Amino acid sequence: MSADALAPVAGPQPDSAGHFGRFGGRFVPEALVAALDELDGAWRTAMADESFRAEFGALLRDYAGTPSLLYEARRFSAKVGARVLLKREDLNHTGAHKVRNVLGQALLTKRMGKTRVIAETGAGQHGVATATAAALFDLECVVYMGEVDTERQALNVARMRMLGATVVPVTNGSRTLKDAMNEAMRDWVANVDETHYLIGTAAGPHPFPAMVRDFVRGIGDEARQQCLDLTGGLPDAVTACVGGGSNALGIFHAFVGDEAVRLYGFEAGGDGVATGRHAASITGGSAGVLHGTRTFVLQDADGQTLASHSISAGLDYPGVGPEHAWLHDTGRANYLPVTDDEAMAAFELLCRTEGIIPAIESAHALAGTVALAPKLAAELGREPTIVVNLSGRGDKDVHTAGDYFGILDKER
Amino acid sequence: MSRIGVAFDKARADGRALLVGCMPAGFPTVEGSIAAMTAMVEAGVDVIEVEIPYSDPVMDGPVIQKASDIALAGGVRTADTMRIIEAVAATGAPVVTMTYWNPVERYGVDVFARDLASAGGTGLITPDLIPDEADEWLAASDAHGLDRTFLISPSSTDARLAMTVRHCRGFVYATAVMGVTGARARTSDAAPTLVSRARAVTDLPVGVGLGVGTGAQAGTVAGYADGVIVGSALIRCLLDAPTEADGLAALRTLSAELAEGVRNPTR
Repeated sequence: MSADALAPVAGPQPDSAGHFGRFGGRFVPEALVAALDELDGAWRTAMADESFRAEFGALLRDYAGTPSLLYEARRFSAKVGARVLLKREDLNHTGAHKVRNVLGQALLTKRMGKTRVIAETGAGQHGVATATAAALFDLECVVYMGEVDTERQALNVARMRMLGATVVPVTNGSRTLKDAMNEAMRDWVANVDETHYLIGTAAGPHPFPAMVRDFVRGIGDEARQQCLDLTGGLPDAVTACVGGGSNALGIFHAFVGDEAVRLYGFEAGGDGVATGRHAASITGGSAGVLHGTRTFVLQDADGQTLASHSISAGLDYPGVGPEHAWLHDTGRANYLPVTDDEAMAAFELLCRTEGIIPAIESAHALAGTVALAPKLAAELGREPTIVVNLSGRGDKDVHTAGDYFGILDKER
Repeated sequence: MSRIGVAFDKARADGRALLVGCMPAGFPTVEGSIAAMTAMVEAGVDVIEVEIPYSDPVMDGPVIQKASDIALAGGVRTADTMRIIEAVAATGAPVVTMTYWNPVERYGVDVFARDLASAGGTGLITPDLIPDEADEWLAASDAHGLDRTFLISPSSTDARLAMTVRHCRGFVYATAVMGVTGARARTSDAAPTLVSRARAVTDLPVGVGLGVGTGAQAGTVAGYADGVIVGSALIRCLLDAPTEADGLAALRTLSAELAEGVRNPTR
């Protein structure tokens, strides 16, 4: 397996101004352009610097606990009718793929001589990861979180505070992830000299989408090699959940050039895309500009952002990273919605067959895989091999899931 | 020369700066916003900046966001904004529009430019559209004879500043502070430097916004800039008032104070 997580990226995307086809770019206040240029320069220089790559690689190995395992889920596979291999990002330090991105960006923050990081978080997983990296690198840390999310993810709020971060509940707008992102952008405009905005997904203005992808692309690099080692071939399909889309890009990237490998991103279908209560930006949205980039957005006829809905706070975002919009445009990846109920059924199935409690985000990828397996089997005329990115663990979601299944002790 | 350019020239000839007052369209209601902007003109505001309310105004502070939320909750549409612009333009004051980019793209860039021009709008201030991404807007604003105002910032490099003002028409918007809109206790030290950097590369008038809320601050900014742009402080007059009539009275008083300020520059 390659020890170098930052080997040069193949392909022409994005262009030098951060465009993935018609998507991406920079739609930001001029006040941020200098900071984005500085970040772009620092990132490119770092990528070319052996010592940076070695330091990042060592952190991933010794601190984050990667390469994460590729685990053959035999009992789950038997229920699903496919050979399912789980990329166990839930075993990483802090419990999700997010740690890869924050370690990369925290290293860059140090290189740029900045002393403060800010972040937005929905489920709190990125906030916890950022607070972790900030503690490790001795950086001041402020995390913006929608007020609604601070309530449904109280445990992660406590984690962030234990790690020394300041958590700011955002009371504007829909009081969820999109509003936390607005608030973080405002903070960044005002404090850009000493502050790095550590965006948690492959969205936002250039260079964030490409940079975040490159910090998490180890997921796919590892999974590809592990699959070859385990099965002697490549998988028939790779699946992942898509909110902003960093875990999906992370695992897709290594397979984009393998044309026989189908890529599936499963979006949060909430109550069903037809009901309007969902967070499926590609399936149920349209091209627009949000949070500094052109991508698919949930919006009304006037271009006002619509409220998103998902049982998973981590997927509850009305936009998506621009590279996904492009992969959809080109047809290289398929994007399908998964409802809350389908996700929770798959959540329960994994718990009961494998003894693994997944993040509800990841349960969307599992549910999509359950639906995909028989179709793929029929088409291929054999049992398909599917690699699922199990992007995070479900500890943070135990309360939500317990509530959903009606198994919480109400006397608590 | 555009109507804004003529207004700036006239103010310059009078030895004073131009006062630009900003109000979200549809706040507190469509009719209420027309009444408020008319009152501002009557009290001495030279140019009205009509902001199209947007759900995710990242460049705006809490006051403008709150007003925008009220307008959106009241059901204001981009099409209503055109009607408001038409009504305010009828007062004789030049009207400039401010908007985040997505509502324009959704309306249709060329159709938006056409409707804005026919409503009597002079041009557009785009807080999240930089010239780098503005090809469609450059073409549409040319086709319909509209001004375009891009922002410059204390953090803009010399090269970016020159590039940005080269794409501006009408006037240049200098953001006085690093940060979002909202009145502040003192105006910025960075602003005079930014204005002189802009003047080194353009003859266009330079307006300064962000952080101005009192007549004295307006006078200070008028001492070095061609235009003084005020938003949050004016909006707060309406937000804080117990009745609409009280709000309009407070708005008139502050508008007059600011108008006095730009006529008495502190040099």
